[in-house]
Amino acid sequence: MLKIENLHARVAGKEILKGLSLEVKPGEVHAIMGPNGAGKSTLGNVLAGRSGYEVTQGSVTFDGRNLLDLEPEARAAAGVFLAFQYPVEIPGVNNTYFLRAALNAQRKARGEAELDSVQFLKLVREKVKEMGMTPELLNRAVNEGFSGGEKKRNEVFQMALLEPRLAILDETDSGLDIDALKQVAAGVNALRSPERAFLVITHYQRLLDYIVPDFVHVLADGRIVESGDAQLARELEAHGYAWVRERTPAEAHA
Amino acid sequence: MTAPVPFVQSMHDAALQGRLPGSGLAWLDTARAEALQAFVARGLPEQRNELWKYTSLRALAQKTYAAGDAQASSRAVDAALLPAPALQEPRAVFVNGVFRADLSQIDALPVGVTVQSLAAALREAPEPLRFLLDKRADDDDDGFTLLNRALAADGLILKVAPGVEVRDPLHIVHVGVATEAAAAFHLRSLVEVGEGARLRIVEHHLGAAQTGHLTNIVRDFGVHENAHLDWTVVQQAGADATLLRRSKVRLHDDAALNLHALELGGKLVRHEIRAELAGARSHLESRGAFVLHDRQHADMEVLVTHRGRDSVSNAVWRGVAGDRARGVVHGRILVQPGADGADGSFYNKNLLLSPDAEIDTRPALEIYADEVKANHGATVGQLDENVLFYLRSRGVPLEIARRILVRAFCSVALDGMEPMPLREHCEVLLAEQLPEASA
Repeated sequence: MLKIENLHARVAGKEILKGLSLEVKPGEVHAIMGPNGAGKSTLGNVLAGRSGYEVTQGSVTFDGRNLLDLEPEARAAAGVFLAFQYPVEIPGVNNTYFLRAALNAQRKARGEAELDSVQFLKLVREKVKEMGMTPELLNRAVNEGFSGGEKKRNEVFQMALLEPRLAILDETDSGLDIDALKQVAAGVNALRSPERAFLVITHYQRLLDYIVPDFVHVLADGRIVESGDAQLARELEAHGYAWVRERTPAEAHA
Repeated sequence: MTAPVPFVQSMHDAALQGRLPGSGLAWLDTARAEALQAFVARGLPEQRNELWKYTSLRALAQKTYAAGDAQASSRAVDAALLPAPALQEPRAVFVNGVFRADLSQIDALPVGVTVQSLAAALREAPEPLRFLLDKRADDDDDGFTLLNRALAADGLILKVAPGVEVRDPLHIVHVGVATEAAAAFHLRSLVEVGEGARLRIVEHHLGAAQTGHLTNIVRDFGVHENAHLDWTVVQQAGADATLLRRSKVRLHDDAALNLHALELGGKLVRHEIRAELAGARSHLESRGAFVLHDRQHADMEVLVTHRGRDSVSNAVWRGVAGDRARGVVHGRILVQPGADGADGSFYNKNLLLSPDAEIDTRPALEIYADEVKANHGATVGQLDENVLFYLRSRGVPLEIARRILVRAFCSVALDGMEPMPLREHCEVLLAEQLPEASA
C-alpha cells in the first residue's frame, strides 16, 4: 500500500530525513518511535504534502502511484489522512460544514456522488454514536476553544468520517491525560480493519499499550535504525533511545 | 490661474443648468449658491486632509458628469433587480438619484412613521427642513458635502414618532441604471427616530455594471432618548460606480444604533460615518466588511465621538482585498471631556489575497475624560498557511479552502444581523463575491 524508499527530505535547507525506507501493507499498524528531532513529524508532513518540506531523494508510492506528485487534497482523496499533532483552530467555520465540504470534495475527486445535507447528517449521527463524540462539538467552529483532548478526539472523529486507507497519527498522544488517551485509542482501534493501515508516530510507548502495533520502528537521525514488534516499544521504554544508538552504531551513522 | 479641474467645472455647470426642487426659496437659493462657491474654492478633498489620506481623487478630478438623469422618474427597472428581502417588505426606491413612488411600497408602514422624498418635502413644506439645509460651510465640510448642499435634488425624509415600534424593516434601495453619459446624483436624507421608538432600515445599493455614475449621499440620523435604530447596509453598486456617503449620527440618552455594513460593489466607494454618542449610556455597535477585487477602492471612515457619560461603542470591521484592489479603514474613537465612564473599542482585521492588493488601516484613540475604557487593534495579513494545509489535508481543494476561510473571516461582520432572512441574503452575497465561484 505505502512504500517509502530511501527518502531524503529537507526543511528550511536542513536535511531531516536521511534515507528512510518503510513498507506498510493494508491492515497493518506501524508505530514510528524516536527521540525529539529524529524526523518523526517530518515524515508525517512529507506524506501529507505540507509545503516547506523538500524531498531531495527517494520515492514514496501509495497503491503504486507516486504520492509525492499529488497535491495535499489529492492525497486525501486517495485515502491518506494525517491526524495533526497540533490541530488548527478555524474560527467562523462550523465543524459540520467543514466535514461535509471535506467529505464531498473527496467523493467528487473519486468520482463518487456527493452527499446532500440529509444524507450527510445521517452519516454524522451514526459516526457520533460509534465514536462517542460529543455532539455539541460539531456545532462549534472547527477546534475553536476545544481542549487539547477535544481537539485530538475531533481528529479521530474526522478520520472515522472520512474513512482513509492510510491514517497517520502524528503524536496524537501528546498533551493528553490518561482518560483522553484511552478515548482516542479506543476510537482508533474501532477503525482498525483489514483494508486500513495506520502509521502511529509517537515519542512515548504509553499510547502503544492501547493501540497495539504490528510493527515498531525506531527513527533516529532521519533513518529507521531498528524494527521489531510491540515488544521493541517496551524495551525502548525500559532502556531509552540511547540504548538503540548503542546497539546499532554502525547503521545509525552509516 | 491654473486650468479648471474638469470635475469641478462639470459640477459648476450642472448647478447653473438644473432647476432644483425648492429653488426660488430665498434661504435655500442662498445656501446652495454659497455652498457651490465654497466647493469651487475648496475643490475636491486632497490627500493631505487626514480623512482622505489614502484615497486619491486624481482620477475622479479628470472626469465630468451630467447633472442627474432627466428620465430618472420614468426609467424602467426590472423588479428582479430589487433584492429579495425588499420585495416582501416596505421599501423606498430611488432610481438614478430620484425617489420612485411607483416602485416603492410605503403604505403598510405603521401610523407614526412618515416617509417623504426630499423633493416632495421641498415642494410641499420646506420650512421644517431649513435647519438641515440652510447651513454655511464649516470645518466639518469637505468638497462632497458642499457639493451635496449645492446640488441635492432628492433624498429621504423619514420620521418615526415617539414610542412607535416599527416591526418590519424598511428597505431603502438605490438603483443605478445606465444612461447616455455618466451622471452625478446628490441626495440629502434625514432619519429621526423619536423617543422610545424602534426602527430597522436596510440600505441597498445596486446597479448595472456600466453606468459610471457618481452618487453623493449626505444624511443625518437622530436617535432620540431610549430609541433603537438597527441599520444594515448592503452595498452592491455597479462595477464602475462611484459612491460617496457621509452619515452623521447623533445618539441621545440611552439610545442605541446597531450598524452592519457589507460593502461589495462599486469602483470607488467611501463611507464616512460620524457617530456622536451625545447622550448618557448611548450605545453604538458597528460591524462591517468589505471584499474587493480588480481595482476597486473602498474607504471606511468610522469616527466615533463619546460625549455622554457611560456611553459605549464597539466596532468590528473586516477587510479583504484581492487583485489590485485597495482598502482603507480608519477607526477613530474620540472621548470628549465629560464622557466619564465611556467604553470604546475598535477592532479591524484585514486580509490580502494578492501581492498587488493593499489595505491601510489606522485605529486612533483620543481621550480627554476620566475612567475611560478604550481598546483598539488592527492587523493586515494573509491567509494562514497552516489552516489552508489543514483544510487541504482533509481533501478540500485549495481554491475552495481559500473561499471557506475568507468567508469565515468576513462573517464575523454579520454577527448579530437580524432578521435571519436578511442575514442569509448577506451570506449568499458574500459567497458570490468571493473568487472561484465553484463550491
